[in-house]
Amino acid sequence: MPPVDTLAQPALWPLTAIVFLPALVAAVLSLPIFSKGREDAVRWITLATTAVVFVLSLWMAWPTLFGAVGPGQFVVGEAGMQGVVKQPWIPAFNIEYLLGVDGISMPLVVLTTFLSMLAAAASWPITKHVKAYHVLFLLLVTGMLGVFVSLDFFLFYVFWEVMLLPMYFLIGIWGGPRREYAAIKFFLYTLLGSVLMLLAILMLYFTSDLRMLSPEQLQAAHVIAPGLDAAAAADAVNAIKSAKDPVHTFNLLALAQLGQLPNSPFAAVNLWGMSLETWAFLLLLIGFVIKVPVVPVHTWLPDAHVEAPTPISMILAGVLLKLGGYGILRICYPICPGAGLSLAWLVCGLGVVSMVYGAFAALAQKDFKRMVAYSSVSHMGYVMLGLGVWSAVAGNEFRWDAWAQGVNGAMFQMLAHGISSAGMFFMVGVLYDRVHHRNLEEFGGIVGRMPVYSGLAFAIFFAGLGLPGLCGFIGEVLVTLSSWNYSRVLAVISAFTVILTAGYILWAIQRVYLGAEYKGPHGDHLTPITGRELSIAVPLVFFAILFGVAPQLIFNYVTPSVNRQVETLADWTRRVRPDAPAAQPALASAPAAPAGR
Amino acid sequence: MEIGSLITGAITDTLDVSLPLFRVELAIAATIVLMLLCRMLPVLRRADSALIALGGAGFALWYAWCDLRGLPAAPWTLADAAAVPARQELFGGLLVFDSLTAAVRLLLAGFLVLYILFTKVSGIPDREDGADFYTLVFGGALGMCLMASANHLLMVFMAVEMASVPSYALAAILKGRKAASEAGLKYAVYGAGAAGIMLYGISLLAGVTGTCHLPSMAGEVARIVGEGGAGGEVLVLALGGLMVAVGLAFKLSAVPFHFWCPDVFEGAAAEVGGFLAVASKAAAVALLLRLAFTLGAPAAVPAAAATVVAGAGDVRHFMVYVIGLMAAVTCTLGNLAAYGQTNMKRLLAYSTIAHAGYLMMGAAAAVALMGVDAAGSRRAVAALVFYLATYLFMNLAAFAIVALLRNRLRSEEIASYAGLVRTSPGIVVATAVVLVSLIGLPPLAGFISKFLVFASLAEAIQAGAEKPLMLVLLVVGGVNTVISLFYYLRVLKVMTFDPPPADRAGEAFPLVSLPGAVVTALAVPVVLLGLFWSGLYAAAQLAGTFAS
Repeated sequence: MPPVDTLAQPALWPLTAIVFLPALVAAVLSLPIFSKGREDAVRWITLATTAVVFVLSLWMAWPTLFGAVGPGQFVVGEAGMQGVVKQPWIPAFNIEYLLGVDGISMPLVVLTTFLSMLAAAASWPITKHVKAYHVLFLLLVTGMLGVFVSLDFFLFYVFWEVMLLPMYFLIGIWGGPRREYAAIKFFLYTLLGSVLMLLAILMLYFTSDLRMLSPEQLQAAHVIAPGLDAAAAADAVNAIKSAKDPVHTFNLLALAQLGQLPNSPFAAVNLWGMSLETWAFLLLLIGFVIKVPVVPVHTWLPDAHVEAPTPISMILAGVLLKLGGYGILRICYPICPGAGLSLAWLVCGLGVVSMVYGAFAALAQKDFKRMVAYSSVSHMGYVMLGLGVWSAVAGNEFRWDAWAQGVNGAMFQMLAHGISSAGMFFMVGVLYDRVHHRNLEEFGGIVGRMPVYSGLAFAIFFAGLGLPGLCGFIGEVLVTLSSWNYSRVLAVISAFTVILTAGYILWAIQRVYLGAEYKGPHGDHLTPITGRELSIAVPLVFFAILFGVAPQLIFNYVTPSVNRQVETLADWTRRVRPDAPAAQPALASAPAAPAGR
Repeated sequence: MEIGSLITGAITDTLDVSLPLFRVELAIAATIVLMLLCRMLPVLRRADSALIALGGAGFALWYAWCDLRGLPAAPWTLADAAAVPARQELFGGLLVFDSLTAAVRLLLAGFLVLYILFTKVSGIPDREDGADFYTLVFGGALGMCLMASANHLLMVFMAVEMASVPSYALAAILKGRKAASEAGLKYAVYGAGAAGIMLYGISLLAGVTGTCHLPSMAGEVARIVGEGGAGGEVLVLALGGLMVAVGLAFKLSAVPFHFWCPDVFEGAAAEVGGFLAVASKAAAVALLLRLAFTLGAPAAVPAAAATVVAGAGDVRHFMVYVIGLMAAVTCTLGNLAAYGQTNMKRLLAYSTIAHAGYLMMGAAAAVALMGVDAAGSRRAVAALVFYLATYLFMNLAAFAIVALLRNRLRSEEIASYAGLVRTSPGIVVATAVVLVSLIGLPPLAGFISKFLVFASLAEAIQAGAEKPLMLVLLVVGGVNTVISLFYYLRVLKVMTFDPPPADRAGEAFPLVSLPGAVVTALAVPVVLLGLFWSGLYAAAQLAGTFAS
């Protein structure tokens, strides 16, 4: 814990602490003092670290729980970036250590810390190389949290890649029988995506020019620290404005401002018949949809999820898939709005294809865990559809509120899927730990042997199914409703997919939990759920129900930031597309976007 | 002019101008003499030549640092650009001293210090062979320093040969081992062929232009190319240029002149591989930059002649395509050929070929940017110097690990590393750091180097300099990063996933030991330079100032 006076020092507190505490503990754990025979100490330290990080993120996200809002804590309802940390890193390339959270990233940070804590608790059955496992696990946590809070593209990329190697080893050493294949497949797919992303980053960087932004925009993008006094800020603006050569930037907020300028530098450059904006959008999109994942680049997911040990499957499904959706929302659309507008059909189409394909594939699975993995592909399709719904291009109706509904729904779906998919993987893991097989055909009658566990599993699986009153429902329904305004066909298909979802989940429940008697192997090992397992399952079920009945708990955070981004982009659309349909009354009554946005 | 004043002029030039800026080479030469002298005197016979070598390398390092830093700045600080030593021709134009010379010599001297420490621990050479070994290493390093400062085609040839001949002997230093002798012979025959072709090219160039002094030649070449050339002069120039490029490609181990590389690396000791992979490549890249930048920017001719400017543009265009296409092929072939390797040294040989490709991509970007954006061109050179600096640590660490593991496991086969993580986790972590850095993943130094080279390519695209080729190179570089993942990870996979052989006893070596310390000392900078690279990049930018 840092001393009290650093609480006021935003460079360290609280985002830096949240991100780097796991890495720091990982470094300590790798010291030789934790020799063989101290496995329990390692486990407890890891659990305690993730718990501390969770409490820290909660302290930041939910200040009223800890008393009044103090410095560094998150103001709910505020749309802009908060808790910003800004330190120069590599001045030669204008690379900064720039962190910050808004309503989009804050809930994802809390989800990550929460699931990390549960995954650490779920790691007790790991008995092979315990120390190495936990060190890699903590490094993975640092990488994930770093991606969500980075506002500098270079830093974002570094964190994005930092996740890969720990994940490779976590799957490759502690995974199932085909672990080596699954690990290298995961690594290759993701690295291909991130190399494409790197190309896009470089192109955007060298095309960007901070001199095109107004002083207000520079300040809004945190290029100039908003805390500076007027004279210093004016000096800083002058230094940029009077530069002889273009001033390039990696600042994500500034790149977004540039991308939304009427004379966007990214739209001006032409490469092989397409604008740089389109190229960048496509390259970034490929990088992100591999992570989401979307058909046809999803094939790493069933392998990785099935082979990974249970806690890593929880992290993979609960957090890693969200990185893709987050990247599309935070990077693709704001920086390349023109390409987003013209390629909305691509994003929506990919979403619907994944949704349907994932559902059918899940129906066909014999392996319980593989079925859950394909359900993730299907559920993340809703996220893609919600993000892609760009209502401005649909017929004569220009409805920014419908679009905002879709993006809000996608955000909710990401968070809800984080809870329900982690829960489903954990439930599968509980069974696998006992009977050491996952064959759906050989289960049955679990309710009779493990009644408490079965009750909890029903709740989680119903949440995944999207039963009203549970968390899976809200996101799906919002996305489906909003897509109606974009394309009726897609809306109808996505509504019908719910039936397929119900089909594979109910069928799985029937085959696994119901039935007269368990006849599969290792029947005598079907012991009731343990206290440790309960302490993981109950919170997941609790939140699955809570977010189902009180979705505003999440929307309070998400909506202001999402709505502002959508309003800004809707505004942008009307400006570049004067022929676009007239604004709805709702837009006129919306608060005017700040100048230049 | 009287002969007397000529002699006085030459003496002044030598003593007052040239020798002070030649002290790095002098320190190296003095060390060689000292080591050989100690051998002759019975009293000093028992002196450890590694210590003498270390002392000499230390002196060289200090002088090189002073040269780059540019007096009179305070020690340990980098000079600002204004204080960087100006370009200075030495020995009547045979050599040139500028920021690139200073930077590469600093790299080479730093390499020597680390290399002596590492070989002292790894045990090759033993005490008996020490003087021979270090004399050869220092002789090669002397030639490499000259490669970095050659300003005359004859000097280029001499320097390349001076760097090569000791390397041939080094490849065969393991006496009585058939593979090593074969490697040495192969290397020598191949090198002799490349040298012959290079010499032929030099004579063609000299014949057409009437000079060997590079800046003068640049003006002549640009004039001839610009005027279209009578009697096929341009063709002869292109042929001569390509033949010189063959010599350079041999030193860089660029495809299709790379065939010696895997065989030599496999046959020679891992220590020798480290020398060839790091020092030789740094000098070759420096020479490539020197030739390209001198020929591409004819400073000596009057600027008014439009034909000369146009001719220089054509020369650059030609060089960019030769370097760029060779880079793309080298990189791809190196990475693909590395897939099937079972011997670690051979795998690393292909890895160095691939990395030569990345380096040449950066060189192509630097030359392409020359005529368009001088600042961008300097940044591209800075990227290359940065790459070489990080490459020094990465590759030396990789070869150190191979050599030190060989001492314990008696094998350099990848399969013999199976399950090493069970007994020596520290060494496996160090290997992981080094190999992942060679792939080019953040947050390690190799990523930053690759990022900088790719950034130069992107900058060239942005500036519209040779855009189609630069786009192709950027894509090829990106794809190669992905395909290189597989074979580097395979080594880590064998070390971590596979079960250890039943007959392996005990730990390979712990991290807290002399060999462990060597590996740590080489691997830790790979991590640190990936996180805090501002300082090194500033130094690399100093090196780029020569291209103004």
